[in-house]
Amino acid sequence: MRCMRRRGGRTGSPAASPHFPANPRKKNGIFMASSLQVVMDALPFILGGTVVTVCAVAIALGMGLVFGVPLAVAQVYGGPLARRCVGLYVWFFRGVPILVLLFLFYGLFVSCGLNPNPFLISCCVMGCTSTAYQSQIFRGAIESLPQGQLKAARALGMHDAGAIRSIILPQAMRLSIPGWANEFSILLKDSAVCYVLGTQEIMSRANSVAARTHEHLAMFAVAGVIYFVLTIIVLALLRRLENAVQIPGYSTGNGMAGFECKG
Amino acid sequence: MTEDVLQVSHISKQLGGKPILQDCSFTVKRGELKVLIGPSGAGKSTLLQCINCLIPPDSGDIWLEGTKLDRANKAHLCAFRAQVGMIFQDFNLFDHLTAEENVAIALRKVRGMSRKDAADRALEELGRVGLARRSQLYPAQLSGGQKQRVAMARALAMDPKVILLDEPTSALDPELVGEVLAVIRDLAQNGMTMIMATHQMDFARALAHEILFMERGKIIEQGAPDVLLAEGCNTRTRDFCCRLLEMGA
Repeated sequence: MRCMRRRGGRTGSPAASPHFPANPRKKNGIFMASSLQVVMDALPFILGGTVVTVCAVAIALGMGLVFGVPLAVAQVYGGPLARRCVGLYVWFFRGVPILVLLFLFYGLFVSCGLNPNPFLISCCVMGCTSTAYQSQIFRGAIESLPQGQLKAARALGMHDAGAIRSIILPQAMRLSIPGWANEFSILLKDSAVCYVLGTQEIMSRANSVAARTHEHLAMFAVAGVIYFVLTIIVLALLRRLENAVQIPGYSTGNGMAGFECKG
Repeated sequence: MTEDVLQVSHISKQLGGKPILQDCSFTVKRGELKVLIGPSGAGKSTLLQCINCLIPPDSGDIWLEGTKLDRANKAHLCAFRAQVGMIFQDFNLFDHLTAEENVAIALRKVRGMSRKDAADRALEELGRVGLARRSQLYPAQLSGGQKQRVAMARALAMDPKVILLDEPTSALDPELVGEVLAVIRDLAQNGMTMIMATHQMDFARALAHEILFMERGKIIEQGAPDVLLAEGCNTRTRDFCCRLLEMGA
């Protein structure tokens, strides 16, 4: 009997999930003036979360850049041990979801008797994951360069470290920009998951306002728009960077125009 | 003209169990132009790259001006390579650098010259190959012949004791071959020591002091061009050259 009643109750109020409790103030239509008012009131709070998101993503991307490049170099030019270590690292951080890693890292800190800062844990987890992905972006770029570049540098008497620094990486980094832009847009959106630790970023703030005001649809729409706008702005900036550092004579990203320059 | 600059003794190399070079030995004297010829796959390119250890040989020794190259010592190897210029078939210019920077980068990174001095020297070398006006262009903006001349300037800027040229004109359109050969001819006449793999037989005949004919990883004939290519002589070299000419005709 109880079972029957519960099932009946559920069909009776379809929006009664924990994230979407029925809004008692909404009588007719999805959006009302009150929704707009709630959004306007909550906007400064959510934009504050935007700053947190941007900081966390910037730190994570920066970390990925700082550690990803040496990892990529180690994987391409390093000895068997170095290659194996990088392979293991990449295998682990690409294989475990960020959500699981967040809880793992958090639990690790707590079990060590430390009081973890959710923001730092989020940065750390996203940074480690992004390092793994970025190292593969850079590896691909390094491997796509003609073998002759390193050969020519060696033939001039440069040692390998110098040749990689001044010949290989400047070219590989240019080639990495499109892949890196992709990594940015993925990481920015993955950062929403960090709300589970209580990091005060866009998603978490949108969620708390939604829970308080029952304006779930409006608040999550706002969060979505913010992510969307952030992505568009940064991708446009990266596109500009790509054009700015483009090697004259090679017209990448302009379709067939790139074909005329080989040979 | 009598001093030995480079001595290559008993170089052998196997790749994937297949012998690519077998016991190659020769000596290059100062101011000499040696020309390596032979069918493709004979090991000319491998031999040249073994000399400066871009492909490490399995056995054998290299001597530069009486000093034996210690391949295990990285610093010694780099110092050795800095004194041995190399010109590649496909130029291998650094694509992200202008012609001037291509020439200057090794001066700065290997010779430790200041940015200004290196740029001055680079311009001077580019002038020598007739490209002073193109110093600010990137490799992708240059023609094949111009690229190879920049590569020559890049090698020359290091004041090499000997230059290895690995088919410098093979990747060029026929009308661009002349400008590169002109630079090499100029160098030869000014006493630069060079080893050059090429299929340009007329060039070899006119300028080479000695021709090394390679086949299946071995140097099988060696001698002055007028000896090896003399009318009526029955050498493998002459046979090969006649076949080249027939194909060209």
